[in-house]
Amino acid sequence: MNRAARMGRYLGRRALLAVPTLLLVAVFVFGLIRMLPGDPAQIMLGDVADPTSLAAMRHYLGLDRPLPLQFLTWLGHAAKADLGRSIATGEPVATLILERFAVTASIVLSAVFIATLLAVVGGLLAAWRQSRPIDALIVGLASLGLATPSFWLGLMLLLIFGVHLRWLPVVGYVPLRESFAVGLSYLVLPVATLVIVESGTLIRTLRAGAIEVLGREYIMHARAKGVPERQVLYRHVLPNAFAPTLTLVGLTLGHLLGGAAVIETVFNLPGLGRLIVDSVLARDYPVVQGCLLFTATVYVAVNLVTDLLYPLFDPRVTAT
Amino acid sequence: MPGWSKTGFPVQSLLGFVLVGLLLLTVGVAQFWTPYGPLAIDLNAPLAPPSWRHWFGTDEFGRDVLSRAMAGARISVGIGCATVSCAITAGALLGTLAGFLRGWTDRVLMTINDALLAFPGMLLALGFIAVFAGGEGAIVLALSVAYLPSVVRVVRSVVLSIREREYVEASRVMGNSSAYSMLRHVVPNALPQVAVLATNLFGWVVLSESALSFLGVGIPAPAPSWGNMLAAARPYLASAAWLTIAPGACVMATLLGVNWLSDTLLERLRPGSRS
Repeated sequence: MNRAARMGRYLGRRALLAVPTLLLVAVFVFGLIRMLPGDPAQIMLGDVADPTSLAAMRHYLGLDRPLPLQFLTWLGHAAKADLGRSIATGEPVATLILERFAVTASIVLSAVFIATLLAVVGGLLAAWRQSRPIDALIVGLASLGLATPSFWLGLMLLLIFGVHLRWLPVVGYVPLRESFAVGLSYLVLPVATLVIVESGTLIRTLRAGAIEVLGREYIMHARAKGVPERQVLYRHVLPNAFAPTLTLVGLTLGHLLGGAAVIETVFNLPGLGRLIVDSVLARDYPVVQGCLLFTATVYVAVNLVTDLLYPLFDPRVTAT
Repeated sequence: MPGWSKTGFPVQSLLGFVLVGLLLLTVGVAQFWTPYGPLAIDLNAPLAPPSWRHWFGTDEFGRDVLSRAMAGARISVGIGCATVSCAITAGALLGTLAGFLRGWTDRVLMTINDALLAFPGMLLALGFIAVFAGGEGAIVLALSVAYLPSVVRVVRSVVLSIREREYVEASRVMGNSSAYSMLRHVVPNALPQVAVLATNLFGWVVLSESALSFLGVGIPAPAPSWGNMLAAARPYLASAAWLTIAPGACVMATLLGVNWLSDTLLERLRPGSRS
């Protein structure tokens, strides 16, 4: 089989594998909410509901039909982006989620991008100078970042840069669309917090991969040929050492996009994570259900994209 | 780990043992004694800065921060131990079954497991807390379920690698049943790696519990937990920053200690790593 066909088969199989996962995810989300005691229609409408709207909700949820059909009805609604309405505000859950997701995505995407760059530079440098002081320093800092709770670090950064130095606004959020510079100043601290906390693992992973590759014969060969060190590192070591880091970047991105609830709480950002927590606290079950389904889907999608990108760095995976 | 280990003196291992030892000591002491009652309100001394009477100051209700941090250690460690026991026991059972029996058992278990892995752990925990309300029991249940899929994955892969070893095959060739081979040969040899996993898991659980409490869905006030102490300190960041010192340092010291301890265990287990 030629390379393109093998690649196509790999991509197709990976994409197909995501389907049963998503279906099971939907079953879990559906089942979790149905584990609540009481009438599902009542749960979806909250405490105050008149008999007419209760009857309408029963019909909408298909409660007169068997459970598997109820699940399919619910799945059908969800596929049409109909996730119900919030008990608290009456807004459509899908609108709420997308609004909040934009905030989370802007922070998380920039943080993960910066953290990945940091991991590439720091990890390569540490591996290249293995067991030297600079390596010890980088690994030490990475381990420290790994052990720092994000909520505490966020508070400390707020204290230093917001309260004492007054360089950056303390808490709040201004959409980038309204004022780019002001909006950006509100994002600096949350992004910095995430970068410090998340880059630790990435740096350690990339360093481990790079150390392994540096010991290979083709690196010795490249060096013997007189290839400059910088080129050895970026052209030969990095592409061959990046695959495990890529997986980790995908996982990090996936779980952060599902709500950086902690960071959003520290910095009072109206993100998706805060929406989930607030709806859990308010027993706003349509929102809880919608958020769980949405974030799990995003997580599966991000990991699928990671899997699809994987052969770029490790062509061997397409062979099996 | 590079750097420190060059001297041949395992500073990190030592620090790991010291930090985890201190944590356990604090839990032991807090069981019987704290300088003040962790819930004792003193309206004459609200937001008092650190002093000889209150080493880490007092909070907005005049409660002693040190006493609350000590009581919080007891809750965090209790939840950590309970969750790790539940997740490891259930995960080891399922992972061993899947890894040793293979076939349909393996396929069904792992499909469900992978779907559960598709939820970020915190999210799964939040979902469970939404359904089962708050409290320590709910947190243990939620976090056990959240971390179970990772435990199952790791245990299964360990078992898969062990079951191919010669001594397991020898046991089967000798006519022993698969249940016997599993209990007598596979499980004991998987234990060291499960111990490393349990150590790491303990760190994750402590962090998750404090994050949940920080978000307001974990340990409910007025009971102290490092997370809800930090959440309560947030409005006083400008005027009483000392409120963040004790709970923040406690979480961080615990995580560092546990990480170093698990690094030590891992180093000891890796064949040929101690040459």
